[in-house]
Amino acid sequence: MAVRIRLQRLFPQLLLTGVLGFLIIVLSLSSEYFLSWDNFRNILDQSSVHILLALGMTFVIASGGIDLSVGNVAAFSGVVMAVAMKADLGVFSAILLGYLAAFSFGLVNGLVVSYVKVNPFITTLASMSIARGLALILTGGVSIYGFSASFKFWGTGSIGPINPPILFSFILVIVGIFLMGYTLWGKYSLALGGNGEALRRAGVNVNLYRTSVYCFSALCAATAGLVMTARLNSAAPLAGATYEMDAIAAVILGGASMKGGRASILGTFIACLTLGVLRNGLTMMTVPTYYQQLFTGMIILVAIVISELRSKEE
Amino acid sequence: MSSVQPFLQVRGIAKRYSNIEALKAIDLDLYTGEVLAIVGDNGAGKSTIIKILSGAITPDSGEIIIAGRKYSKLKPKTALDAGISTVYQDLALIDTMDSASNIFLGREHRKHFFCLDDKRMQQEALDLLQQLGIYIPSLYSTVACLSGGQRQGVAVARAIHQGGRLLIFDEPTAAMGLKETATVLRLIRGLAEEGFGVIVVSHNMEQVFKISDRICIMRQGEVVDCVKTSEVNPQDVVAMITGAIDLEDFSIYRSKN
Repeated sequence: MAVRIRLQRLFPQLLLTGVLGFLIIVLSLSSEYFLSWDNFRNILDQSSVHILLALGMTFVIASGGIDLSVGNVAAFSGVVMAVAMKADLGVFSAILLGYLAAFSFGLVNGLVVSYVKVNPFITTLASMSIARGLALILTGGVSIYGFSASFKFWGTGSIGPINPPILFSFILVIVGIFLMGYTLWGKYSLALGGNGEALRRAGVNVNLYRTSVYCFSALCAATAGLVMTARLNSAAPLAGATYEMDAIAAVILGGASMKGGRASILGTFIACLTLGVLRNGLTMMTVPTYYQQLFTGMIILVAIVISELRSKEE
Repeated sequence: MSSVQPFLQVRGIAKRYSNIEALKAIDLDLYTGEVLAIVGDNGAGKSTIIKILSGAITPDSGEIIIAGRKYSKLKPKTALDAGISTVYQDLALIDTMDSASNIFLGREHRKHFFCLDDKRMQQEALDLLQQLGIYIPSLYSTVACLSGGQRQGVAVARAIHQGGRLLIFDEPTAAMGLKETATVLRLIRGLAEEGFGVIVVSHNMEQVFKISDRICIMRQGEVVDCVKTSEVNPQDVVAMITGAIDLEDFSIYRSKN
């Protein structure tokens, strides 16, 4: 009985793994370059920013909310790091400032959503615009580039066969699985989305937990901002725009419900890999990037429709 | 009545919603070991007083004395800590989670600081459900998959697990079949005999007379009277709910009989 229920619950993840396997087989057959460590490392590297943003988003969506600000908050924290380094602050202090900047966005998002009870869609839409505005103001609209080697390491350095972005995303996946599955914080994130009022009546400080979920998402965005800025050796004020869409897509594809209460870190991770493999494959088959946008959009739509139908069935 | 001092004393509790006086300074006592039924028509203020006692809403004035301690308002946590557990009409279950998670909601067992002790919670949930005679087909399935009575059972198990001395049931059998209703009523009666104080809000006169020791009749935000169940009959209570008999008439009626 328990095994059957587990399998039923894992259905979206199993389906997704099937799709990923199918993609890998088809792409291996159609291109000899696909099935190589270099290409696989490339996919992991390119997916790392999506994974970082999507992991934070998984907790937010689990709690019944949404965070549209992650892409721009990532760019903003990168800009803050760049400005700090250009002002001759050390790499460590600059990174810390970038994290603080992102955290304050998470805190404001969380406080407004929890205590003022504003719709999270509207709240994070506003903070997305604020983050973008601040990034443009700080940079004067021009990218800041040229950082020290010790900063660039976080985007392009090598750690054995992998690099820091891949390492970050793997660490965060493991931390995410632990938090979601084995801790009170993860359980309450899901409970907030399942029935927040029930959680409140059980004597839990729901506003505190809800706020912390947005803070966590913002910290994930700061990590993405660090990786993006270090990798390109430049902080572009509009770097992360529309990344929130990819993150939301991955979370929903990974089996989460838009209504909250159901989400899977492993599912999000597999979804990010699937989208990464798909992008890689489309590029290898020389499909223009505009079409890739079209495909991603269609996949999101299909995933959301399936998710809705599933939650209606329940 | 097991003790002279009431476990719960409600004194002059009032609540208004803009123009509507939902509660007009009501008084209420509850002793441990008894079942007090609160009856009244829609809008009489039953739900409002229940919500105030469980900490879901705050009253405008008055005080609540629980086991000798005075409170001017309660939050869900203070109500729970003071010993009041509520089984809400909507049950307040998290549909996407399993029975054990719902029973332990807000009081989860932990190990090594961070980790949830799922094994221990599942075992204790199983023991508790068995002890209460509540049958759940699978501990692993989400409560959304359970029947109305089983869901009620999970909500009751949680209220008992919360360790309250006073349990409040808001329309406990509203969504239930005959057999399930009988089980829940037996459960409520059993709880009072074990020394819990129980408040039941119900529309069903037959049930009220079957399980309650006292009946508290509310009308338009006021407590009309609190009577011993053995001293009245259902027709009188219905008449008091609708206002066909008022208080003075009823006192005369009682002194005659």
